[in-house]
Amino acid sequence: MAPSLCAICATNRALILRPKDHSKLCKPCFVSVFETEIHHTITTNALFHRGEVIAIGASGGKDSTVLASVLKTLNERYDYGVELILLSIDEGIKGYRDDSLETVKRNALQYEMPLTILGYDELYGWTMDQVVEQVGKKGNCTYCGVFRRQALDRGAARLGVKHVVTGHNADDVAETVLMNLLRGDLPRLSRTTSIVTSTPSAVSSDPNSHTNIKRSKPLKYAYEKEIVLYAHHKNLDYFSTECIYSPEAFRGSARALIKNLERVRPSAILDVVRSGEDMAKLVPGSDEGCGGVCASAVAAAEEGEGGCGSSNGRTAGGEMASMEMHLAQNDLAAENGLEVEITSVPAKKGKKNKGQPPAPRKTTKQVMGQCKKCGYLSSQDVCKACVLLEGLNKNRPKHEIGVVDEAQEDSTSGVQGVTNGINKVNIQVD
Amino acid sequence: MATDDTIPITVEFSGGLELLFANQRKLTLSIPTYNENRTRSNIAFLVQHLCDNLMKDPRKDMFVLDGTVRPGILVLINEADWELEGEEKYEIQKGDNILFVSTLHGG
Repeated sequence: MAPSLCAICATNRALILRPKDHSKLCKPCFVSVFETEIHHTITTNALFHRGEVIAIGASGGKDSTVLASVLKTLNERYDYGVELILLSIDEGIKGYRDDSLETVKRNALQYEMPLTILGYDELYGWTMDQVVEQVGKKGNCTYCGVFRRQALDRGAARLGVKHVVTGHNADDVAETVLMNLLRGDLPRLSRTTSIVTSTPSAVSSDPNSHTNIKRSKPLKYAYEKEIVLYAHHKNLDYFSTECIYSPEAFRGSARALIKNLERVRPSAILDVVRSGEDMAKLVPGSDEGCGGVCASAVAAAEEGEGGCGSSNGRTAGGEMASMEMHLAQNDLAAENGLEVEITSVPAKKGKKNKGQPPAPRKTTKQVMGQCKKCGYLSSQDVCKACVLLEGLNKNRPKHEIGVVDEAQEDSTSGVQGVTNGINKVNIQVD
Repeated sequence: MATDDTIPITVEFSGGLELLFANQRKLTLSIPTYNENRTRSNIAFLVQHLCDNLMKDPRKDMFVLDGTVRPGILVLINEADWELEGEEKYEIQKGDNILFVSTLHGG
């Protein structure tokens, strides 16, 4: 095959075939286009504002490393005026996270960003190694996922940072869209496809509360393939690994499906993302339905738990509870003419509007509440992390984790099982 | 004659694939110029060769699936995407650098 020339500069040899439009680019043009597209995502969605401190959820992996590198470049090039810091969560898994954290430490020096590493032991009193020692290798992903979900928010709150960005890419989002479709879970689509999610300050007027953290995903439209190519061509220092407790977790079937689709039709990934966004608009109570302006609510509390070093842990969680909270909040917002946040309205008000068919069950006291133990946003009296912790602290797991009899890579449904179980109890009480 | 029988190449693994090859990131090796069918050795042949002779890890399906490089693994031939070079049918040349990089592993 004769080498083809770059479609942009028509000078250099093309090295990259872009999955989204089949264009052939040389290295410098690819790097430039990739960065420009992220810039476009950031500006069109108004993700950042001047003076903001932004914590990058950094794992040392390809996505967060590319995110940190690109954001530093763009912040300097376009003068966003934001302050970037790195926030890493240490699950406490020897031989797994140790190496990744070393990478993050190097990244901190390379990008001149302050780094905070927060451990599960510090946050919860248990490292994952200790959890596994107690509960065994099966089902431990449930603990890790639940703990991780809160960890970035807690870390950000400690640092007084209001905005956390994560490295979720287009493949991750497409995979989540498919998984929700395959589960028949459209309500969750709107949250997983939103580029910005934020926990409401409804449950706390304390500005430093860890329930008041905005989350965004600037790489939402970036192909995983291009992220890896960007890292390769820019010689970025990243670390690839699989969790030692779940070595094959990445072989989730949705992920495989996405990658197979990409081989046949590369544009499929972004098409699935866009389809997800369009479907989300049709879902009652979705964020997208009101142009993404309305309370994005609850999302951050329920997503982004991508445990196991791959993305197939990202879809578990209290979908129904979140949906209910969301609906309740929309009702409240409507009553009060508020669009974004509800601060001091008693949750009981949500009991009005009973006529509305799509809103199933209205708020009980705990629906919009805080965990009684830790104060984290929770649809239950006590959040899942605290429930699990209580079990651990009693020297035995309180809840039999649903994942026990299933393949490890199916752990997401285990979390769901627990959550749904709790929801069912509530419905009966109601 | 002997020198024409084999092609010296460099094979690299990254993105987690090195874990399947005893943590070796870079291999220098020689492969036969022609394979059993008397055709020039191409990427398909190289992949089979790596699987049969160099990969000690039993998880072959993390590298090869349905007879081809597993979707999600990028192949760069002398830094160029293999899709620009004819993919598996690319005939390997002396001194080529073939990089396999996984996008499947996490951080």
